[in-house]
Amino acid sequence: MRPFDYQRAADTDDALIALADRPDAVYLAGGTNLVDHLKLGIIAPNLVVDISRLDLEQVSELDDHGLRIGAMVRNSDLAAHPLVRANYPMLSRALLSGASGQLRNAATTGGNLLQRTRCVYFQDASTPCNKREPGTGCSALEGFTRNHAILGASSSCIATHPSDMAVAMAALDAEVIVLTENGERRIPVVDLHRLPGEEPNRDTVLNHGDLIVAVELPAPGRGRSTYRKIRDRASYAFALVSVAARLDLDEAGRIREAAIALGGVAHKPWRATRAEEVLQGAEPNRESFTRAAEAELESAQPLPGNAFKVPMARGAIISVLTELAGRSGSSEGADDDG
Amino acid sequence: MDYSRHLGVDGTEHTLTVDARTTLLDALRDRLGVMSPKKGCDHGQCGACTVLIDGRRQNSCLALALSHDGAQVTTSNGLAENDELSDLHRSFLDHDAFQCGYCTPGQVCSAAGMLAEADRGAPSAVTEDLEAPVDLSSAEVRERMSGNLCRCGAYVNIVSAVREVAAQRTGKRAGQRSAARDDSARDPMTARAGDEESR
Repeated sequence: MRPFDYQRAADTDDALIALADRPDAVYLAGGTNLVDHLKLGIIAPNLVVDISRLDLEQVSELDDHGLRIGAMVRNSDLAAHPLVRANYPMLSRALLSGASGQLRNAATTGGNLLQRTRCVYFQDASTPCNKREPGTGCSALEGFTRNHAILGASSSCIATHPSDMAVAMAALDAEVIVLTENGERRIPVVDLHRLPGEEPNRDTVLNHGDLIVAVELPAPGRGRSTYRKIRDRASYAFALVSVAARLDLDEAGRIREAAIALGGVAHKPWRATRAEEVLQGAEPNRESFTRAAEAELESAQPLPGNAFKVPMARGAIISVLTELAGRSGSSEGADDDG
Repeated sequence: MDYSRHLGVDGTEHTLTVDARTTLLDALRDRLGVMSPKKGCDHGQCGACTVLIDGRRQNSCLALALSHDGAQVTTSNGLAENDELSDLHRSFLDHDAFQCGYCTPGQVCSAAGMLAEADRGAPSAVTEDLEAPVDLSSAEVRERMSGNLCRCGAYVNIVSAVREVAAQRTGKRAGQRSAARDDSARDPMTARAGDEESR
């Protein structure tokens, strides 16, 4: 670890001022990702500004029955919050499926959104990586790609975003509240993270020094919802594929609305808008679910090492929707993560 | 650059001057001589360094010491009172829940934190009903303790040790019937979330 100076921000203004004109400074919240990066030599800031004790630890109900989640609310506290468990079970499930009990106690809401990819080449400072050092090339393209993207990747970067929480928030139409030097900015979670394109070093649309202060969830949507995560071991592993989904049926039993987001498949939480369009007004049956999954995955561009993710995502979408449509008791779907 | 900070460790107050890069784990072991938390992976993946920070279990290897100025840190040592082993320590001995013992202080601290979380009703990834009281089945204990690796593979006995303390503390007996049910309840290859109604 290279030497750095440390400063605790007294309040949000203090934090913004500390990073202004200091491109060599970073914010520190829970530290579960940042401290690791300091050790790995992926980043070498001259100044670490500790925002972990900012007064952003409240979860409060909004007038429109939505929820405002302070950026410093710990992942474990958010997952266990009574209003989240009751009204946004998809978010509780997503949070609880991520990391370990110890890490969830430290990791924050804002930090979870801004955690960086677990691409092994990004985390190995001795290998070329366009995300870490623009212009050096992508080691993953011809390397180990089991955990890499099948949607929206570029020839510069095929990394995936590792968050479970953000996938649920994308499906929930959450918005991120950001303080910038020009005032407050609201960004839908689906627009916070970028696709890699030619600038994979930029994970999000945020500028240096911007500070996430909260995430706001709209009032809970109708219908049933859940989060399903498929990974190489049953606990404490990142998603190969994950699905956050909400399905709302009308009085006639047709699909009024579906909200679906995928994790583990792209550089950002992937809102499955094509699948949602196919499902709107459709009968909630396996045929519709299959059409929806295939429409979403039509643009998939897998590599040999991660081609399995395409049928895995297809099966996961179909299985989750089948479960939400109330067919989980029958032989199909219930125990089939395919 | 060096900074002076306060830290309470297992009931003793310390003032220490540390370089900004010092993790809580290194401060405990190298500066304060508290050798109970162990350095395994040093990347938050193995759990050997787990301590309770203000009562909550965390990986001390991923915590900067400066970030926890004024905190009360409890290590496995501090869970013992007046040289009397805690019920968790005793249960690990009774159940032969370790071999080399390197991961044990982290396991014990993680279990202590986990039992408190369950007491508060916090659900886990394998909890069927997010709003029901927590029943610490073996599937629940395995999931909740998954942040602690044991290279000797003492997991089965660790789960037994932790469940016994949970049962003792809640005054319930871990019935054979529920234990048998829990063991066959879940496909180990999938971590699946139950579906539920949302209004």
